Amino acid sequence: MNRENYFTKTIVIITFCALFITISCTETVSKSAKVEKNTVQAQKVLKAGKKEIPVMNFDQLNKLLYTTNDTTYVVNFWATWCAPCVKELPHFEKLGQAYVDKKVRVLLVSLDFPKKAESQLVPYVIKNKIENEVILLDDPDMNTWIPKVAEDWSGAIPATLIFNKGKRSFFEETFTYEALEETLIKTMN
Amino acid sequence: MRVLKVLCFVSVIVFALAFAPVHLNQSDSGKLVGGGYQIGDTAEDFKLKNIDGKYISLSDYSDKKGVMVIFTCNSCPFAKAYEDRIIALDKKYAGKGVPVVAINPNNPDVKSEDSFDMMKVKAKEKGYTFPYLFDESQTVYPKFGATKTPHVFLLENTTKGAVVRYIGAIDDNAFDATAVKVKYLEDAVDSMLKGDEIKTKSTKAIGCTIKV
Repeated sequence: MNRENYFTKTIVIITFCALFITISCTETVSKSAKVEKNTVQAQKVLKAGKKEIPVMNFDQLNKLLYTTNDTTYVVNFWATWCAPCVKELPHFEKLGQAYVDKKVRVLLVSLDFPKKAESQLVPYVIKNKIENEVILLDDPDMNTWIPKVAEDWSGAIPATLIFNKGKRSFFEETFTYEALEETLIKTMN
Repeated sequence: MRVLKVLCFVSVIVFALAFAPVHLNQSDSGKLVGGGYQIGDTAEDFKLKNIDGKYISLSDYSDKKGVMVIFTCNSCPFAKAYEDRIIALDKKYAGKGVPVVAINPNNPDVKSEDSFDMMKVKAKEKGYTFPYLFDESQTVYPKFGATKTPHVFLLENTTKGAVVRYIGAIDDNAFDATAVKVKYLEDAVDSMLKGDEIKTKSTKAIGCTIKV
């Protein structure tokens, strides 16, 4: 009888502990889930100082180009060798900073030559203290993936995709900060 | 039954509207995307300055079977990656009646590496076997609808004039010439020469925006 009682007590304590852990975990998750950060497979990860640059093929990247929650995505296709891209990149950095508390996720998808990523992309990211997430898209079969990003994209960069679960727009053009922010706000509202 | 039909129709419309792409910034866009020649269009004649100072017209090639018009430049890494492949294309097909005509559409005020003088240097360095023309007034590339470098337009000379047969990329791997699986442009030229239907009439590739 005594032994049975002890057993019941243990069960109750374990259940409470489990419940407590579950609740506290959910709490932390919901706090950090302000912006959706779905983990996506990468082929490998480059190190740029403290920053990590995942290297993805298009199928891996494509999972980040659609969302079902209420985050708005700003995805800029650029490269260090692309002068107009590099010129507008600070606007995306500024936007990322300005909307860091909002449900906005800025992704900088680099189309640098994969062979030159270590010698060009990594130093650029370090030197310019890039804060936004940087992804290197290493997928040579462009004719297959370009239309999947946007049907009317010719392939010229810079190009920017702004979307959330309800709206989606694509721009094969450069942005001023004002135009970029205005477009983001229109997409968010 | 009728009500159901109407309801269905309305819900389809609502659904379509909800997911329709929103073009928020169209008025801000100064650039014409998707303009220019389509497959089957006849290209207008043009006259541009070659690196030797002489002017070349498209109509100078009317006795050929066709022309590979390639918008390219000195500065773009993608254009650079294709330099040797463009030379090889001209060597392979000029004798078969389909030579390369390269055109630099960039404004050298934006990119000094793409100046007329630097074009001469590039052509000499690489040993270009084809004309390298300068679209100085930037009036030819918009007619074609070129948006980037490199950007290829394969023309076939017909009784109607120079008809656009293929638009797009040279092959499917800019990063690595040895890893190319499909040679889009060569396949198109081969089909054209055989009088066959070109299977892949247009392709897309990353390139450098034309500097205006």
